[in-house]
Amino acid sequence: MTLTVAPVKKPRSRKIGMPYLLLLPGMLWLITFFLIPILTLVKTSVNMDLKNYDPTSAATGSFWGNFWEAFRTHEAPFARSFIYALAATLIALCIAYPLAYGIAFKAGRWKNVLLVLVVAPFFTSFILRTIAWKQILGQQGPVFHLLLNLHLVTYQSHITASAGAVIAGLSYNFLPFMTLPLYSSLERIDPRTLEASGDLYANAFTTFRKVTLPLSLPGVVAGTLLTFIPAAGDYVNAEILGNPSTTMIGNVINAQFLRTSNYTLAAALSFVFMVMIIGIVLFYISRAGTEELV
Amino acid sequence: MKSLSRWFGRNLIRIYMVLGFTYLFIPILYTIIFSFNDYIKSNLVWRGFTWHNWQTPCGVPNICSDLGNSLKIGLLATFVATILGTMIAFALGRYAFKGRPFVNTLIFLPMASPELVLGASLLTIFINLGFNLGFWTIVIAHVMFCISFVVVTVKARIASLDPRLEQAAMDLYANERETFRRITFPLVAPGIAGAALLAFSLSFDDFIITNFNSGTVETFPLFVYHNAERGLPAQANVIGSSMFLIALIIVLAGQIVSRKRKIA
Repeated sequence: MTLTVAPVKKPRSRKIGMPYLLLLPGMLWLITFFLIPILTLVKTSVNMDLKNYDPTSAATGSFWGNFWEAFRTHEAPFARSFIYALAATLIALCIAYPLAYGIAFKAGRWKNVLLVLVVAPFFTSFILRTIAWKQILGQQGPVFHLLLNLHLVTYQSHITASAGAVIAGLSYNFLPFMTLPLYSSLERIDPRTLEASGDLYANAFTTFRKVTLPLSLPGVVAGTLLTFIPAAGDYVNAEILGNPSTTMIGNVINAQFLRTSNYTLAAALSFVFMVMIIGIVLFYISRAGTEELV
Repeated sequence: MKSLSRWFGRNLIRIYMVLGFTYLFIPILYTIIFSFNDYIKSNLVWRGFTWHNWQTPCGVPNICSDLGNSLKIGLLATFVATILGTMIAFALGRYAFKGRPFVNTLIFLPMASPELVLGASLLTIFINLGFNLGFWTIVIAHVMFCISFVVVTVKARIASLDPRLEQAAMDLYANERETFRRITFPLVAPGIAGAALLAFSLSFDDFIITNFNSGTVETFPLFVYHNAERGLPAQANVIGSSMFLIALIIVLAGQIVSRKRKIA
C-alpha cells in the first residue's frame, strides 16, 4: 500500500468573484482620490501659457512647452532638492543601518520595545521636532553656547539657516522610514547562515560583507526610497532650518499653490517633479534588482 | 587596556545603539524639558521651572480643539484605511486574479509620490469639483495615503504564514469560512494591529497633505506650524510630550500583556 502525502500548497480559493470584491472599495478610493487627481493635475498644468504668462489671458500653453518652461525657470531648487535628499538619505542610511542591525540581532527580548521607540517620535509631531532642532542649534540654544565657550564659533556665526542644517533636519525626520524596512529585512535573515559563514572561516567583517549586507539589500532599497522620496519633496525643513538660498522645489510649489495661486505653474512643477521622482525610483529599482517592492 | 578595547569591540553595536537612540530622542527631550518652562511670549529661553503649562494644557486658544480634530481624523482615517487595505492585502496574498500588475502599481505609486504632489493634486480636484475644504477632505486624503502602507504591512504578515496551518484546519474538516475565522484571521491580526498603529501615526503626524486640503480646519501639526512664527506656547510642548508618553505607555502595556499571554 502506498501512502501519498499531499504537497503543501498555499490554500487559494477558487471563487472567481471574491478577489475583485475585496479589491473594489480600496481600489475605487485610490482611483478617485489618487489617480484621477494626478490626471487632473496634468490637465491643470497646461491651463495657461506659461511662456507668455498673463493671468488675464485665456491662451492655453502647449503640453511639453509648459513643463519645459516650469523646469527651466526653477532649475536651482530642483537641483537642490535632489542633492539635499541624496545627502540626507546617505546620512540616514549610515545612522539607521547599525541601529536596525542592533535591534534585529542584539536586542533580545527588548526587540519590540526598541522598535516602538523608533516610531514613537512620530507622536510628538514632525513640525515640533524640527522647531526643537532649530532651538537646540540656534544662537540661544545649548549647542551654540558650548561651541561659543570652546571658541569654535563667534557671535556672528550660525549653525541653523544653512544647507547643512536642512540636510541634518531631513535625515533626522525620516530616520524611522529608513530604520523599519532595514530592520524587517535584517530580522528575516536566518542566524544559521551567519554561523555557517563563521564556520567557513570568514571573519566578522567578511561575514557582514558577503552574507549580511547582500541579504539585507531589499531593506536598503526600500529604506532609501522611503527616505529619499519624502525628503526631496519636503519644504518644512528648508523653511524652518534653512535660508532663502536653500529653497527646495517643495517650497516653490507650496508658495505657488497656497500664496501666489498660480495653479498652472504649480501643477506643471508638481508634475515635472513627480515624473523625475518616479524616473529615479524605477531606475534605482531596476539597478538594485528587486522584482516586487510592495 | 587590551581588555578595554576588546570590551569596546564586543559592545560596539550596543554603544552605537545608545548613541543612535540618544540622537533620535534629543529633540523630544528638549520638547519635554521646555514644556516645564515658565515662558512669557516665546518659549525660546529657559526662564525657570513651572507646573503651570501642564495644569493648563488647553490654556491657549484652539490648541485642544485642534488636538481633538487630529485625534478624530486619525481614528476615522485609520479605521477606513485599515479595512480597505486589509481587504486588498488578502486579495493579493490569497487569490489569483487578472489585473494584479495594475493593483500593485496603484498601491505602489502613492508611496512613491512626494506628499506635496499628493496634496496638491487632491487640492486641484477638490477645487474643480467645488468641494468645501475641511474635516472630510482631510479624512479622505489621509485614508488615501494610509491604504498603501496598510496593504504592504498586512501583506507581509500574510506571506509569512505557514500554509500548513490552514491546510491542517482543512484536513480537520473545517470549511473555508471556519478556517479563515479560526486560523487565518487570528494569525494575521497582529499584522493588522501593526498596520493600524502605523496608519494612525502617519495620519496624526501628517502636515504637508493636510496643509493643502484643510481649508479653515486646523489639526495639531497645523497649529504648531501657524504659531511657530509668533512664538510657540509651551502648551504645544505639553501636548506633544503627552501624546508621545501616552503612545509609549499604550504600546509597552500591549507588549507586557502579550508576553504574559505567551507565557501562560
